[in-house]
Amino acid sequence: MTRTRFHQGLDDLKQKLLAMGGMAEQAVERAIRAYDNRDIAVCELVLRDEAQINAAEREVDELSIDLLAMQQPMAVDLRFIIACIKINSDLERVGDQAVNISERVMDMVAQTRSTLNVDIPRMASLSINMVRDALNSFLTANAEMAQSVLERDDLVDNMNREIFEAADYAMTHQVEAHRDALDTLIIARNLERVADHATNIAEDVIFWVRGTDVRHRAEGQTLTGSS
Amino acid sequence: MDAGIHVKDLNAWFGSTQALHGINIDMPDKQSTAIIGPSGCGKSTFVRCLNRMHETLPDTRVGGKVTVGDMDIYGKGVSAVSVRRRIGMVFQKPNPFPTMSIYDNVASGLKLNGYPNRSELDGIVESSLKKAALWEEVKDDLKKKSGASLSGGQQQRLCIARALAVEPDVLLMDEPASALDPISTSKIEDLIFELKKQYTVVIVTHNMQQAARVAEFTAFFLMGNMVEFDKTEKMFTKPSDKRTEDYITGRFG
Repeated sequence: MTRTRFHQGLDDLKQKLLAMGGMAEQAVERAIRAYDNRDIAVCELVLRDEAQINAAEREVDELSIDLLAMQQPMAVDLRFIIACIKINSDLERVGDQAVNISERVMDMVAQTRSTLNVDIPRMASLSINMVRDALNSFLTANAEMAQSVLERDDLVDNMNREIFEAADYAMTHQVEAHRDALDTLIIARNLERVADHATNIAEDVIFWVRGTDVRHRAEGQTLTGSS
Repeated sequence: MDAGIHVKDLNAWFGSTQALHGINIDMPDKQSTAIIGPSGCGKSTFVRCLNRMHETLPDTRVGGKVTVGDMDIYGKGVSAVSVRRRIGMVFQKPNPFPTMSIYDNVASGLKLNGYPNRSELDGIVESSLKKAALWEEVKDDLKKKSGASLSGGQQQRLCIARALAVEPDVLLMDEPASALDPISTSKIEDLIFELKKQYTVVIVTHNMQQAARVAEFTAFFLMGNMVEFDKTEKMFTKPSDKRTEDYITGRFG
């Protein structure tokens, strides 16, 4: 093995990104716990810790740019750093979704509860597991695991559509709870976005490991990868 | 005329040591191909086989077939001189004739081959120096200054002009910029980019970024074998062979 410093830099990048992934995942978990318990204190925790995720985002970008500029990475290393830059952006957005959810929960605390028949905790669990598995696939360079994340995105999309219908119904028939229904609808939308970011991360892992671009396959767009 | 290079089952030896093992490669006409690989992998031997320079060393042998366009390099009755006229070469260390003027350096190949009349020679010297991007820097000193009086980067471009003066189809370059500073290197790289519009260029380089900048195709050599040959962008983003990937990412050995 040669280029020891370079490979140490790649390891550092991976560790930093995984640590940031842990923070983003925890933020969503906390936001959902806050939703379950209508707990403002936990919401505030999520809002406060967002700064750490944002700082981590800058650090990961800086390290990636340094490695690109100083080490001229090639092939699998080049793909790895490109993937890290993109995953970094998705994780920061996951953190933003947690903040959005927390803000909705803070709004909901004072509202009349709607009788919406929706399962936000289940949707959250699906989305968070997608993020966790996408990060695990990144940790272990496991393209098959990343592929399994992609296949679960439809489940979350379907739940989001169901919640849209339920919220529409509630806002029409339980007007006094319309704001609670609206907040719930936005939370569902935030969770759907979390799952989308998990999907993006999984796609980036596949790009890194296999050199294949699997994005937008359903739309029949041109693929740059071959395997 | 098509000046693509087609190599079939090329083997080369130094005495009893085999330096190249059954190389097969087709390098397209008017494109540049980079040859990369660790020291001792056979890349210089390979390019020296393309214009019959390998046989100039003692106790060497070559087997297999090399054609450039319709010319069979190792065909019966084909002289090494005629091969080298069509396939020019530029070396790592600039090697102008030190005591000759700039003009005579460029004209030397033509003089060896029975040179045309004076005005025609003037025209060829000028156009060769222009193609080598050196004309503007030396046009007032053509016969006053010697080749050795130029800077290293200028000397290398002078050698390129000298190679171009005999109107070859192919230009072989063995580490042409490795002894030069970054500015001179950029000039040579820009030049390669221009030259490949008219010539088939083969460049041996240890600098992978240089290969990425100047070559459409790249071949990776290892221990006398050609491991992989593909478009440069594919080689440097998603090589097919693990050994190529290990080499270009520095995970070798």
